Amino acid sequence: MKSFREWFRDWDSGRYDLTEMTASSGEAFREDPDSGSSRWARTEVFSIRADVTGTFRKLYPVMSLILCAVIIVFLLYTVEALPPFASADTPANAGEVSLRYNSMALEETGALNVVSGVILDYRAFDTLGESHVLFAAAVAVFILMLEPTKGAGPETLGVSPDTVLEGTARVLGPVIAVFGIYIILNGHLGPGGGFAGGSVLSGAMILIRMTSRGRDGKGLLSMKGYRIITASSLIFYSLAKGYSFWCGANGHETIFSAGEAGRIFSAGLILPLNIAVGAVVACTMYGFYSIFTGGEV
Amino acid sequence: MIYDIPLLLIVMSLISSVICSFSGDRFSRGLCIFLVSCSLLGNGTLAAHLLSGGQSVYYMMGHFPHPWGNELRLGMTESFMISFFSLVMLLILLGGGRSIREKTEKGRRGYYHALVCLIMGSLTVLCYTNDIFTGYVFIEISTLASAGILFSRGTGRSILASVRYMIFSLVGSGLFMMGLIILYAITGYLLMPELKESVCSLYSSGTYAMPLISSAALLSIGLAVKSGLFPFHIWMSDTYSEAAPASSAILSGLVCKGYIFLLMKIIRDVFGQDVYYGMGMNNVLFVFGVLGVIVGSVSAIREDDIFRMLAFSSACQIGYVYMAAGISPLAGTAAALYQMFAHSAVKPSLFLSSDVLCACRGDSRHFSDLTGAGYSVPLAGIVFTAGALSMIGVPATMGFVSKCLMGGAALAASDIKKYTVLGVIALSTLLNTLYFARTVIRIYTYKDPPRAGRAGTEAQKAFAVPGTVFALLNLSMGIFASFLTRVSEKFAGIL
Repeated sequence: MKSFREWFRDWDSGRYDLTEMTASSGEAFREDPDSGSSRWARTEVFSIRADVTGTFRKLYPVMSLILCAVIIVFLLYTVEALPPFASADTPANAGEVSLRYNSMALEETGALNVVSGVILDYRAFDTLGESHVLFAAAVAVFILMLEPTKGAGPETLGVSPDTVLEGTARVLGPVIAVFGIYIILNGHLGPGGGFAGGSVLSGAMILIRMTSRGRDGKGLLSMKGYRIITASSLIFYSLAKGYSFWCGANGHETIFSAGEAGRIFSAGLILPLNIAVGAVVACTMYGFYSIFTGGEV
Repeated sequence: MIYDIPLLLIVMSLISSVICSFSGDRFSRGLCIFLVSCSLLGNGTLAAHLLSGGQSVYYMMGHFPHPWGNELRLGMTESFMISFFSLVMLLILLGGGRSIREKTEKGRRGYYHALVCLIMGSLTVLCYTNDIFTGYVFIEISTLASAGILFSRGTGRSILASVRYMIFSLVGSGLFMMGLIILYAITGYLLMPELKESVCSLYSSGTYAMPLISSAALLSIGLAVKSGLFPFHIWMSDTYSEAAPASSAILSGLVCKGYIFLLMKIIRDVFGQDVYYGMGMNNVLFVFGVLGVIVGSVSAIREDDIFRMLAFSSACQIGYVYMAAGISPLAGTAAALYQMFAHSAVKPSLFLSSDVLCACRGDSRHFSDLTGAGYSVPLAGIVFTAGALSMIGVPATMGFVSKCLMGGAALAASDIKKYTVLGVIALSTLLNTLYFARTVIRIYTYKDPPRAGRAGTEAQKAFAVPGTVFALLNLSMGIFASFLTRVSEKFAGIL
C-alpha cells in the first residue's frame, strides 16, 4: 500500500494517466527503451491497473463524483436563473442584434435564409475561422496518421463486400450526393448551406467508398485531388472575404451585388462561399474516413 | 492604410498555412519564416504608430459595425503584444530549426509549418479581437494546431502526452463555450463594447446575478485550464518534455500566453475590472495562482530531466501571472502583463538552449550527463544562465522587474494578500534558486575535457544569433524596464 506522499508524487509527475481510467486493458503505449526505436510497445509503466493501489482507485471515482455533483448543482442553479427558453422577450431574442438580423437581413445581405446571411455576411469572419478549424483538424490528423513515404495509414481495415450494402449504395449514393449539392447551392434561398450540405455530400462519398473499396481498393478522390479542392476552396475563401472585409472597413462597395432576392445568382458572395465551405467540409470528412480506415485519401 | 495591416496579416497567415500544407520541407519553412517576419514588421509598424500617439480604432470586418458584425480593436497594447509574440516566434523558428528537423519526420514538416502559420494567425486574432465569439473560434484553431505540432514527433510517449494535452485543452474550450452561451443569453450581445455596457447595468441592477457569476467563472476557468494553471498543470510535464523543444517553446511561450491575454482582455473589456473584481472572481485566480507557484516550484526541484524541470517551472510562472492578476485591478493587472512578457521572452530561450546543451551530450536530458556542457557549447550555456537568472529574479533581468511590480502591487492590497504575496515571492524565489542554480552549477562543473561533438557544434551554430537576441532581449528589457512597464500600465488603465 502506498503512502499518500508516494501517490501524490506519482500523480504529480504524471504517472497516472487519468484519461486511462476507463480503458479496459489498462495498458498504454510507450517507446521501446531497449531498441531505442519509436515502435509502440505495450509496457506497464503507465498502466493504471498495475500501478494504482486500492486507495487511489477507490478515492478517484468518489472524488470525481463529488466534483461532478458540485458542478451539476452550480450549473442547474445557473440554468434556473437564465431567461426562459423560447420566450420572445429575452435579451437574446428581443435585443437590437437579433431584431436587425431578422428584419434587415434580406435587404442588407440579399439572402432569404437569415442564417446564411448572418454566418456568411454579418459574422463572416467567424465562419472564415471555422472553416480553418476544419483545416487545422485535417492537418493534425495527417501528421498523426499519414506515413510520409507511402501516403497510407498504419493498417488497413477492409470492409467486406456486402451485396445489400452495395445495392443500396448504388441506388442511394447518387441521390444523396445530388441532395447534398442542392443543400449547398440552396443555402441563401432556404434552409441549408455549406456546412450542412457538405456533410450530406460527404456521407454519399463515404457510402460509395465503402462499397467500391472491396473491388479495386481505390477511393473517389486521390490525395492530389483532395489537396487541389481543399486548397483552392480555402484560398478562394480567404481572398474573397479578405477583399470584402477590406471594402467594408474602408467604406467601399464590393463588386458583388446583392442581386434580385430569390434568384440562384444573388446575395453577392454567399453562394460562392457556400460552395467553398461545402467542398472543404465534404473533402475533410471524407478524408478522415479514408485515413482512419487506412487507405489513401 | 496602416490600419489594414492586421487584416492583411490574418489573411496572409491563413493562405500561407494552406500553401505550406502541400509544399516541401524547405519551402514551407521559408514561407513560415517570411510570414512571421512580415507579422513582426507589420504589427511593429502599427504598434509604433499607436505608441507615438496614433488613434486606436475599431476595424470593421465587413460592412457592419458593432454590435452586428465582427470587429477588430486595433489598440496600442494589442498591437505591441502581437509584435512581441511575432518576435519570439521568429526567434523560435530560427533557433529551433534543428529540433524541428530532427524531431519531425521528413515529409511532415510541411504540415508542421502549416500549423505554425495557423498559430500565428490565431494569435493575431486573439490579440486584436473585439468579439468574444471570434475569440472562441480562434482558440479552437490554436488548440488543434498546437496539438498537431505536439503530435508531429510521432513517438508513442509524445502522442500519449499530446492526447492528454488535447483532452485538457478541449475541456477548457468547452467551459469557455458554456460561459459564452450564458453571457449571450443574458445580454444578447457578442461584441465587447456592448457586452461591457450591458454587464455593468446587469451587475448594478442585480438581475441575472447567478448567470453573470457563472459565466465569469466558466470563462476564467476555461482559459485557466487551457493555459495550465494549477491543478491543470499536470499535462505540462509530459507534454513539454516529450515534444520537440521548438514545439514546447511555441506552446509555453506563445499559445498559453495568447489565452491569458484573451482572459485579461475579457476581464477588462467584457466584464470591466470593477465588476470582475467586485464579484470576487479575482480571488479564485489568486488562490490557484499561489498554489501553482508553490506546487510548480516544489515539483521542479525533484526532477532530474532538464525539460521536465523547465515544464514545472512554467507551471510556477503561469501561477505568478494569475496570482498577480488576482491582487488588484490596476497595479496587479499591469504586473501580470509584465510577467507575461517576461515569461514569453525567457522560457523559449531556456527550452532552446537546453536543447543545444543536450545535443552535445548525445541528446540525453539527465542532469548527470549534462555536467560541463556549458564549456562544450559556451553560447548556449550563457543563454541558459541568463534565462535562469531571470527565472530566479536577479536584478537586471526581466524576472526581477516582474517580481518587483508584483510586490509593489501587493503592498497596496489588503493585509492577507500583502503578506501572502510577499511570502510566496520570497519562498518561490528561494525554490527557483534551488533548482536553477543547481542546473547552472551542473553545466559549469568541469569534468573532463569539454567535447561538443559534431551535433553540439552544429546546434550551437544555428542557435548563435537567435540565442544572443534572446539573451539581449531579456537583459535589455530588464535594465530598461520602463518602456514595457508603461505598456503594461497603459493596458491596465493606470495611465
